[in-house]
Amino acid sequence: MIAPGARTVGSFALIAILSGCTTPFLDIPIETPIQPKLDVRPFSRVFVAGFVSAGTDDVDGNLETVRLLRSQLRNKGTLRVIDADALALSDLAGDGGAAPATAAAEVSDEMAFAAYEKVFADKEYWKKVGEEMQQPLIVTGTILFRPQQRSGFVQRERETFDALGRRVVQPERTYMERKGFILRPSFVFIDGRTGETLHTETFREEILYNSNQTTPPLSSFFELMDRLLPSFLNTLSAQKVRGSRTLLK
Amino acid sequence: MPRFLVVVTLLSALSAAPAYADKRGDARQQVEFGIAVAQKGLWREAIFRWLRATELDPTYAQAFNNLAIAYEHEGELVKAREAYEKALRLEPNNPLIKQNHDLFKEINDRTGRKDGR
Repeated sequence: MIAPGARTVGSFALIAILSGCTTPFLDIPIETPIQPKLDVRPFSRVFVAGFVSAGTDDVDGNLETVRLLRSQLRNKGTLRVIDADALALSDLAGDGGAAPATAAAEVSDEMAFAAYEKVFADKEYWKKVGEEMQQPLIVTGTILFRPQQRSGFVQRERETFDALGRRVVQPERTYMERKGFILRPSFVFIDGRTGETLHTETFREEILYNSNQTTPPLSSFFELMDRLLPSFLNTLSAQKVRGSRTLLK
Repeated sequence: MPRFLVVVTLLSALSAAPAYADKRGDARQQVEFGIAVAQKGLWREAIFRWLRATELDPTYAQAFNNLAIAYEHEGELVKAREAYEKALRLEPNNPLIKQNHDLFKEINDRTGRKDGR
């Protein structure tokens, strides 16, 4: 037995709760515009000139990168992409300073391309290239793509079922032999009118697989490149990053 | 005399409470209106409303959080960072504000620290 007064109070309380306690948060999609890092307004064309590549013979880092960047810039960039043969920059270092592709894997990432610094700093050379291509923005740099092997303890989730058939997931540390690849590209953006370096950007990505898993190097190369392409493209053109945030009341 | 003091204190506290509640209430209305217009894509109007809410009640962490999101959407990353930091100072343990801020930081770091730092 409930007193009529109490029932009325209860109803009011329920209404108050229902009206006041609507969801206090709301997920909303947003698009964040990111301004380009480089002012490309003085240029109408871009020339992906070629790269000094090292690390493995399984992938031609120069040609694959040239092809990939040209196609990305064609689809997502604002500049006209020049189709011309990629430059063989490895020959330019000359003077015995060049690091052959296979030897580079043995030296540290930073040391691999030290001999090529002077190539990218050679203003006269790049100015000449620029004149031939009608003074575009020139993209060049170095690509280190090398295999790696690592062993050690890794944490994994182990799935078991208890006596009642319920799924139980527990973290477990196991020793694993793993192998994979490291990709360390360094992009150099050169003004084709003056031969001066405008901007340099270096990335480092790596991937590891179980040692018994066989993944073609070229597929790993594209997987790693895929991770850093948005940042590369954002150097030259504005990008919109899609995501969602939570609005609060 | 002490009883008089207690009564005065209680009365002043009671008179201050509605004023605070009014400000929060007004700010909440602005926040809710801002949410409604943001859902329709009118982010500049939402920014105006949420700025108004933070002026009405500078302790309203949720208003600062929403303001930060709107600034993020408009690409004003410096202002977004400031608003997130203010929201986190007001409610350091709010997991939703923390999550929004973490997602913002990821994007802000991508801009090569040219903006928002």
